[in-house]
Amino acid sequence: MVQLTLPKNSQVQPGKSWPAQDGDTTRQFQIYRYNPDSPDNPKLDTYTVDTENCGPMVLDALIKIKNEIDPTLTFRRSCREGICGSCSMNIDGTNTLACLKGLDEINGTVKIYPLPHMPVVKDLVPDMTQFYTQHRSIEPWLKTETTEPRKEWLQSHEDREKLDGLYECILCACCSTSCPSYWWNGDRYLGPAILLQAYRWLIDSRDEATGERLDDLEDPFRLYRCHTIMNCAKACPKGLNPAKAIAEVKKMMLERRV
Amino acid sequence: MTNSDVPRERPLSPHLQVYSPMLTMMMSIVHRITGSALYFGTFLVVWWLIAAASGPAYFDLVNGFFSSWFGRLILFGYTWAAINHMLGGIKHLFWDTGRGFELETVERNARLTLGGSIVLTILLWVIAYGVK
Repeated sequence: MVQLTLPKNSQVQPGKSWPAQDGDTTRQFQIYRYNPDSPDNPKLDTYTVDTENCGPMVLDALIKIKNEIDPTLTFRRSCREGICGSCSMNIDGTNTLACLKGLDEINGTVKIYPLPHMPVVKDLVPDMTQFYTQHRSIEPWLKTETTEPRKEWLQSHEDREKLDGLYECILCACCSTSCPSYWWNGDRYLGPAILLQAYRWLIDSRDEATGERLDDLEDPFRLYRCHTIMNCAKACPKGLNPAKAIAEVKKMMLERRV
Repeated sequence: MTNSDVPRERPLSPHLQVYSPMLTMMMSIVHRITGSALYFGTFLVVWWLIAAASGPAYFDLVNGFFSSWFGRLILFGYTWAAINHMLGGIKHLFWDTGRGFELETVERNARLTLGGSIVLTILLWVIAYGVK
């Protein structure tokens, strides 16, 4: 249901200012902090970082803060090159990967929050359980009925091209957690990332469960809560367009009826 | 340190509070708001028709209300809501065919919907005053 405000235990309180680093060029960071071991509400801490001796990306600054100022700062990261999708967070008002967001793309204080409208485990780490459960629910694997070929399932170049713009998705959840429809109905609406994945299997020439997959999506909530708000496509750090994929699914629904 | 078997309820991360407002997102909610406004606007039309069916005295009263500055303000808003919702509806028709999803197109169409609805509303009122 739509709840525009945050529940009492989630309202963000002012936090502490950590000792500033020396340097000719420094940058202020305001970062969402939440410690599950303390009874306090989430807080917004301020860090002043010497950006002269820091890598160019927001993730570089986060790692520098963790190494040099505050080792308790918690966030997910792994590949630092936009392929693992671990460091997705809300930076400067939009969802993106910290490793792909340049500090020079942001004016003034850098504000960092966890992915929006998610249960927070600690600091910038959201609980992704529901997201992964929803992904599993669309059965994201090749489903076939004909006898397996001796080697691999073949696909024409044209059919393979239909997966471009879909297979690149790294499931970072930037799109789903940018979507107001997913904020209000995330328990029943699958959200842009999962629907893009659903389309990736619907359009795969080798998959033989298209009808079954469409049946599963034919629901006022699972698919049709998409209102083309377009936050998803704007947020995607891989430049994909979940809104368009969802429109294609809706078209497939219509086409099979006529 | 936590010393309980019952885990604390996790806080919900900020959403509307922190997400940067974008024109496309705003036009989406405006489309819904104008849609609801049209629903209530229909009552005004019905009221006017009932008045016309009730006799000259009541009709003059209702007409008087719609001719007052406040009544005209409401009708002006109603006109804008109708045109904005119509242009938004046309945009959605295009989207339903799988077209117009490129980020530049989406941005341009959001501006066109907003600008177009304002221009068309003013134009309609200028014409209405002209033929009066």
